Amino acid sequence: MHHFATTGINQRNSRTQELFRLLFMMMTVLLVLPVLIIMVTLIYKGGAIVTLDFLLSNPLDGMTAGGIFPALFGTIGLVTVALLVSVPIGVAAAIYLSEYASDTWLTRLINLAIINLAGVPSIVHALFGVGAFVIFFRFGTSILAASCTLAVMTLPVVIVATRESLQSVPMAFREACWNMGATRWQTIRRIVLPNAISGILTGVILEVSRTAGETAPIMFTGAVFFTPFLPQSVFDQTMALSLHLFVLSTQVPGVSEALPYGVALVLISIVLLMNSASIGFRMYLRGQKKW
Amino acid sequence: MSSDFAIAATNVNFWYGSFQALFDVNLKIRRGKVTSMIGPSGCGKSTFLRSVNRINERIDNIRIQGSIHVLDKNILDPDVELVQVRKHIGMVFQRPNPLPISIRENILFGYKIHMSTRASKRQQDDIVEQALQQVLLWDQVKDRLHHKATGLSLEEQQKLCIARLLPIKPSVLLMDEPCSALDPKGTEAVEELIWELHNTFTILIVTHNMAQARRASEECIFMLMGKVMEHTPTQEMFVTPKKQETADYIEGKYG
Ligand SMILES: Nc1ncnc2c1ncn2[C@@H]1O[C@H](COP(=O)(O)OP(=O)(O)OP(=O)(O)O)[C@@H](O)[C@H]1O
Ligand SMILES: [Mg+2]
Repeated sequence: MHHFATTGINQRNSRTQELFRLLFMMMTVLLVLPVLIIMVTLIYKGGAIVTLDFLLSNPLDGMTAGGIFPALFGTIGLVTVALLVSVPIGVAAAIYLSEYASDTWLTRLINLAIINLAGVPSIVHALFGVGAFVIFFRFGTSILAASCTLAVMTLPVVIVATRESLQSVPMAFREACWNMGATRWQTIRRIVLPNAISGILTGVILEVSRTAGETAPIMFTGAVFFTPFLPQSVFDQTMALSLHLFVLSTQVPGVSEALPYGVALVLISIVLLMNSASIGFRMYLRGQKKW
Repeated sequence: MSSDFAIAATNVNFWYGSFQALFDVNLKIRRGKVTSMIGPSGCGKSTFLRSVNRINERIDNIRIQGSIHVLDKNILDPDVELVQVRKHIGMVFQRPNPLPISIRENILFGYKIHMSTRASKRQQDDIVEQALQQVLLWDQVKDRLHHKATGLSLEEQQKLCIARLLPIKPSVLLMDEPCSALDPKGTEAVEELIWELHNTFTILIVTHNMAQARRASEECIFMLMGKVMEHTPTQEMFVTPKKQETADYIEGKYG
């Protein structure tokens, strides 16, 4: 017998250890399962219908045939305008909270408001959007109103993602700047933002891509079941993929089974594409950065 | 105020919340000399240094009383512009903290902030070269001025952190344990540099290294629990300390 031989305690410990490892691994695999099932089903049932032609042509025969171009165009437009509204506001707010504000009851109140805003159900956002943007600001039911509603909904995540990127810039850099007499703004502009911007962009895209699939908030504020025309400006109404999918599956009789699956596949692909792009971009930038 | 002194602190009391870190600190730091500050951990050395360029103020909940005259002006007065305080009083930290931009941009950072007119490319080159020459770093980095400063060795980074203060021509340099992250060779190099600079600037340096205080300073301040115990020429302090506490500390009886 030497000092390093296995004892009974070692064996029992390593059996328990193995058991828990397997348990945790199984849970992790379980996590992947729904995603896989959804993707496989969608591709299996709707994959055949998704062609370039499907993406680029108009719906036909009361939406029971043809393509999805107006809806695809509408979704991209809605998300883009929503980003244009929420990113400047959210980033500015995050900069204020993380770089300027000191810890007072007011900033605590603001943080509380942000957390609560994130918890508001999307149907409530939808009704708020109708009241605020459609009626009060007189945007009418339009892309602008719908995008603003989406923007309000995504503000909390934009703020949180931005704040996290800002806070990942080491405090020592800020101190170094202040010590040379830089103002807060000079510090932010020359050092903090350049180092945080990649994280902000990718974080924001990652979070906001989810809104591509939102239905309730756009349903009453700017998206319509069907319109034969593409929107000419942000004051027009538009079709959108999410609503289109909802309509196809619940409102229109005689739709071929493949059609809704195809739409769902496109919708999911948009989200996945945005996510992968931002994750790839993030990894690339992380490799570039060294401090 | 006699202008023999670059810094004159009178009855400075300092609180972090309800915790008092400095008690009636009275100090006069001679112009154009190196003064070292020693004392056990937590005795308030950094707190004093950070009060002199008012960097403490970014912490919520601090309170300071008394006056700190730098160049014959009380920097705690309400009519004092913080940016100017920081311009005239440079600070070097324990951990080198170059900015994550190029070596060249690091040197020009402060200059660009404080100069109202844009310097030509030529002038900027001169500024960069002069500053790096002064800290004895030019020869090592002249071929990679556009590389990120964060890629330099710690010793080079610390020299760079000193160099980037020079173009804005501060009068006082505060150094908070500038060598403690460096190896013996780096320490020696930076000490040498401090010695080179001491005729041009007033230098106040905090150190835990007795030998360093002894080698590199003309006057020495010993602090204990937020109070100044002794302030004498360095040789005197190390040979004939006036107070028992000082003697004990120098002999290594505190941590
Ligand atoms: N931000 C802060 N908030 C509360 N207390 C603080 C803060 N910074 C320092 N202190 C306290 O003030 C006292 C003095 O701290 P200071 O950093 O000035 O000591 P020091 O002499 O520089 O010590 P060291 O040699 O370890 O650097 C310590 O007791 C410390 O715990
Ligand atoms: Mg300290």
